[in-house]
Amino acid sequence: MSLLAEMNQKALSLGIPLSVHLDVTYRCNERCVHCYLDHDDHGEMTTAEIKDILNQLSDAGVFFLTLSGGEVLMRRDFFEIVEHARRLLFNVKMKTNGVMIREPEARRIRELGVEQVQISLYSHRAEIHDAITKLPGSFKRTVQAIRFLKSQGLKVVIANVLMASNLFDNTGVMALAKELAVPYTLDPTVSPKMDGDTSILALRIPGSELKQVFRNQELVGNVEEFCAPPPAPGEDIMDGLPCSAGHTACYITPYGDVFPCVQFPLPSGNLRQQKFADIWHNSPQLHEVRSIRARDLPTCSTCAHVGTCTRCPGLAFMEGNMRGPSTADCEKSFHRTGIPSANMLQKNRTVTSFPLVQIQSIA
Amino acid sequence: MRRRRKTIVEKYIARSSAIAARLIGGEMMIMSAVDSTFFTLNEVATLIWQSADGRTPLSAIVSDRICPEFEVDPGQASRDAEQFVTDLCQHGILTMSEQPINSPPTPEAR
Repeated sequence: MSLLAEMNQKALSLGIPLSVHLDVTYRCNERCVHCYLDHDDHGEMTTAEIKDILNQLSDAGVFFLTLSGGEVLMRRDFFEIVEHARRLLFNVKMKTNGVMIREPEARRIRELGVEQVQISLYSHRAEIHDAITKLPGSFKRTVQAIRFLKSQGLKVVIANVLMASNLFDNTGVMALAKELAVPYTLDPTVSPKMDGDTSILALRIPGSELKQVFRNQELVGNVEEFCAPPPAPGEDIMDGLPCSAGHTACYITPYGDVFPCVQFPLPSGNLRQQKFADIWHNSPQLHEVRSIRARDLPTCSTCAHVGTCTRCPGLAFMEGNMRGPSTADCEKSFHRTGIPSANMLQKNRTVTSFPLVQIQSIA
Repeated sequence: MRRRRKTIVEKYIARSSAIAARLIGGEMMIMSAVDSTFFTLNEVATLIWQSADGRTPLSAIVSDRICPEFEVDPGQASRDAEQFVTDLCQHGILTMSEQPINSPPTPEAR
């Protein structure tokens, strides 16, 4: 077991939130077609409120702090927030579109000891990237930002969300990442909007294309191993936790709301009304999330993929039931291995058992 | 006249600012922002790290803080501390100087 895995285990047993994702703003200078956020400012936390929360997170034992948005640099006090976070010795990662990063900002980020900067890049072609961000010139600015950050010796990661509109560009982005000497990550997940609106799910790539993505050695490593049929789940799997959300990790909105994860919008308390430790230890919602084991999932516990699926309880929650399946992950498991999930089989059964004669009430 | 170079235990040590650290269940967790190396320190190492304020030589940390707190042989404690400090300096977790380090000390992890 690695040192980090050991610390995770220790944090889990002690009930310590090792990782927190804090969105400092939802405001953004881009309008990405797939974004799940409302970009209006509904009363963001002040600098003083955020600093106070960082003090509380430090006291609670948080080690990994991800600062994200919106676009973090839309806040004029962003560097003051990072400075405070670093004074408290958090491991700080930031997510940005890079559009506002020039040489001075890159230098400041390095001076503050930010461990990693994740930058969203959707295509190697300016016209495709700019069409997704709806900000003309954003591709050029983003790539320049990566160069500025790299010249400061910072660790930069390119994050590419794969959608129907940039489906064939991932190899181009990978080549660009190689040229820029930065690692590349690909995520084929488009999440529903925070308010539950699912219209943007239409941007997801077709399942049949997922199959190709999962067989790309450059993306997944050993294809045979990655796409292998799932082994039969043992007792340890059935007693396992779905993910770290609410266990050793949580998410905080710019308005102080605490959720189990950025992708799991279950309101669990608000930091303008309660202390973080009070929410973390006493929130009934977090207690409920923590009580769930794989064996408690009515459909997924019967699924062949239960031990290997990337099932996201947040996406399941947004589908209506945090103990239910997350259809997007069912599809991933299916297209990865060729074996349908229990959820898919159940839905097919529903279709095949559809009555041949439909009787409608006269009234 | 050439000035004698100080041995490691005579040097001043300070916590680097390019690190992340947190005390988790009595164990110090440290990550270097330079090379992302991850360390956990035992109780003795944690006390040395916390005492590394740039103004106290390692020998004083060992004699005034380590030996009274943990029942260890002073000679052995010095040798272990030297090895530990050398390792952490190589990863940029600590800095070492022949003179007191006047820059503001990096805060201790809570």
